[in-house]
Amino acid sequence: MSITKTPYVRLATLACAVSLSTATLAETVTIGTVNNGDMIRMQALSSEFEAAHPDIDLEWVILEENVLRQRLTTDIAANSGQFDVMTIGMYEAPIWGANDWLVPMDNLPASYDVNDIFPSVRGGLSANGTLYALPFYGESSMTYYRTDLFEQAGLTMPSEPTWEQVREFAVALHDPANEQYGICLRGKAGWGENMALFTTMVNAFGGRWFDMDWNAQLESEQWHNALEFYVDLLGNYGPPGASSNGFNENLALFNTGKCAMWVDATVAGSFVTDDSQSQVPDQVGFAAAPKQVTHKGSGWLWAWALAIPVSSDAKDAAQEFVTWATSKEYSRIVAEEHGIAAIPPGTRKSTYENDAYLEAASFADMTLSQMQKADPNDSTLEPSPYTGVQFVAIPGFSGFATVVGQQVAGALSGNTSVDQALSNANRVVDREIRRAGYQD
Amino acid sequence: MNTQQVKPMSQPSLARKQPLLDMRQAKIVKNITVTVAAWLVALTIFFPIFWMVLTSLKTELNAFSTPPALIFKPTLENYVAVFERSDYLKYAWNSVVVSFGASIIGMVIAIPAAYSMAFYPTKRTQGVLLWMLSTKMLPPVGVLVPLYLLARDTSLLDTKTGLTIIYTLINLPIVIWMIYTYFREVPKDILEAVRMDGANLWQEIRHVLIPITLGGLSSTFLLSLILSWNEAFWSLNLTASKAAPLTALIASYSSPEGLFWAKLSAASTLAVAPILVFGWISQKQLVRGLTFGAVK
Repeated sequence: MSITKTPYVRLATLACAVSLSTATLAETVTIGTVNNGDMIRMQALSSEFEAAHPDIDLEWVILEENVLRQRLTTDIAANSGQFDVMTIGMYEAPIWGANDWLVPMDNLPASYDVNDIFPSVRGGLSANGTLYALPFYGESSMTYYRTDLFEQAGLTMPSEPTWEQVREFAVALHDPANEQYGICLRGKAGWGENMALFTTMVNAFGGRWFDMDWNAQLESEQWHNALEFYVDLLGNYGPPGASSNGFNENLALFNTGKCAMWVDATVAGSFVTDDSQSQVPDQVGFAAAPKQVTHKGSGWLWAWALAIPVSSDAKDAAQEFVTWATSKEYSRIVAEEHGIAAIPPGTRKSTYENDAYLEAASFADMTLSQMQKADPNDSTLEPSPYTGVQFVAIPGFSGFATVVGQQVAGALSGNTSVDQALSNANRVVDREIRRAGYQD
Repeated sequence: MNTQQVKPMSQPSLARKQPLLDMRQAKIVKNITVTVAAWLVALTIFFPIFWMVLTSLKTELNAFSTPPALIFKPTLENYVAVFERSDYLKYAWNSVVVSFGASIIGMVIAIPAAYSMAFYPTKRTQGVLLWMLSTKMLPPVGVLVPLYLLARDTSLLDTKTGLTIIYTLINLPIVIWMIYTYFREVPKDILEAVRMDGANLWQEIRHVLIPITLGGLSSTFLLSLILSWNEAFWSLNLTASKAAPLTALIASYSSPEGLFWAKLSAASTLAVAPILVFGWISQKQLVRGLTFGAVK
C-alpha cells in the first residue's frame, strides 16, 4: 500500500513545490489608485497584462482621492515602500520628482512613443526637464450646455464664450420653479473642488495667486471682481445649496436635466453623453471654458498619472506595468473591449488623429482644443512665479488653498462678505508663504 | 325593597370602578405612548441602515435623483459589481481576524487590570483610570506619524498583527473602564467567602467573578468588537493590500469623478452585514450586560 502510494505522494509534493516556487518567483506590484471609471477599467483589463507577464502579480489598493493622497504622501515621505505604483496628479509629480522621491521615466522603449503625449501634459508631469510620471488620462475644463433649452430660448452659445455671456444665458434660462437652474458650478470647499474652477475664473479675470515676489494677490481688484461675479452668478442663478456641490453633485444635476449650463472637467463629456447615465445624452453642446479679460488660464489642466516611488522594491516590474497601462497598446485593448469612446482621454495626440474616435466621442474636438490651449507655464495675464493653471505647484498649496476654498464657499453661502472672505484668505496665504520662505 | 337594597349597594361599587377604569385607561395611554416613542426612536436609529440598503438596490442615476426615488425597479447589479471588482472574502476575513483578535487580547489584559483596581484600589487608582481615559481624548491623527514610523521600523505595516495591536491599545481604556464598573458591583463578601473556602486567585476569577459578571463581560467584548470592526482611520493609514479590512473596502468605492452612491451603499451593506448578524444573535447578552447592576 505505502509503496504504491509513495510515487503519487512524491509527485504531489513535487507539484506543490513547483507551484510554490512559481508563486514565489512572481514579483508583486502593489498599485495605489483612485476610484474612477478609467481606473476601474484599467483594473479589470489588467488580467491581460498578468497573462502576458506571468512573473508579475498585481495587487490593487483603491482609495478615495483625498485618502489616497494622504496615504501616498505618508508612504513616500516615510520611505516605507508599501506601494510600487502610485496614481498621482500634476500637482504632486513635479514636487515629488524634484525631491527625488520618484523614479525618472527616462528609459522608455521607442515603441512607447513618448512624443505622442501632449507637450503640456508631459511638461506638467516633469521637474527640471525630467519626466517623473506617465499620464493615464488628462483633462481640461469646458462649458456644457443644453442645446434644446438654448434653441427654445432662441440663444446661441459661442464656441468661446465670456463669463459675462454665460451670465446672460444663465439669467435667461433660470427657472427654479420648474427645477431648471441657469448654471451649475463647483461650490464645495477644497483645493481640488471649488478652487479648481475659481482659480481658472480668477485667471480669466486677469488675476494671479502671487506676484513675482511671492506676495499674495488675493485682495487685488481681479480677485475681487471674480469673487463678486461668482457669488452673484452661482448664488442667484445656480441650484439651491450650491456651496455643497462638487463634481459629482453637479454631474447628477446635469444628467437629470436640471442645469442649463455647467462648466467643469472635460472628462465629464463621456458621462453626460452616455445614455445609461444621463437623461439628456443627445441634448448636450460643448464650448470652451469661459474667458473674460483674457483666455489665459481660463481652462484648467490636470492629468492622473502613474509613477514609481524610489522606495519600491519592484521597480522593473512596476515600470513594465506603467508603460503598458499608458501605452497605445492599452488604448487599443480598451477600444476593443469597451468601445472606442472609452479610450482614456487627453493624453495622446494619436487618439485625436483617429477619425473613429472623433466620430464616436462628440466631446473629443473640444477636449483636444482645450488641452492644447492650457499651458501650466503661462496661465496668468500678468507674470507669475509659479507653474500650474488651477493650482500653484508648491508644497503647502493644497493646505492653504483649501482654507481659501472655505472662505469662497462662505461668501457664496452668505456667511461672510466678499471683502471679508478675500481679506481672511489673503492673510492666511501670505502667512503660509512667508513661513515657507518664498519671500526671503 | 330589592331595588332599594341594590341601589345603595351599586353606588359605591360604581365609584370604586371609576378610578379603576381611569387607571386602566391611563395605563393604556401610557403604554401606547411608550410604544410609539420606542418605535420612533428605533425607526430613527434604523433609518440610515434602511436607506443604505435601499440605495444599494438602485441604479447609480436613481441613487442620485432628487427628490429621492422611493418606488423603483430594484437591481442587484451593484452587489455583482462589488463582488467582481473586490475580493470581499479577503477583506471580511481580515476584519474578523483583527477585530476578534483585538477584542480577545483586550479582554485578557483588561480583566486582571480591572480586578486589581476594583478589589485592591490604591490612592492612585482613580488617577490611573482617568489617565487611561484621557488617552482617548487625543485625536488619532496627532499620533499618526510616530505610530506609522514605529510600524514601519518593526515591519508591522500592512499586517494583521500590527492592526490588532493598534486596535487592542485604542480600545483598552474603554474596556478596562467598563469591566471595572461591572466588578465594582460584585459584593466583596462573596470573593472573601470563596477565599475562605481555599480558592486561589485564578479559581476566584475563573469560577466566581467571571460567571457573576458574564453579562457585563459579554457586552464589553461585543462593544470592543463593534468598535474594532468599524474603525477606519488606522485601517486606512496602516494597511495597503494584505491586511486591509472591510472599512478599506468601503473607502475604495468613493469616487472623485463619477457616480458611486449605489455601489458604495452595496459595499457598506456587505461590510456591516456580518457584525449586524453577530449583534442580532448576541443581543440577549448585550442587553443583559448593559442593564447589569441597574436594578439592585
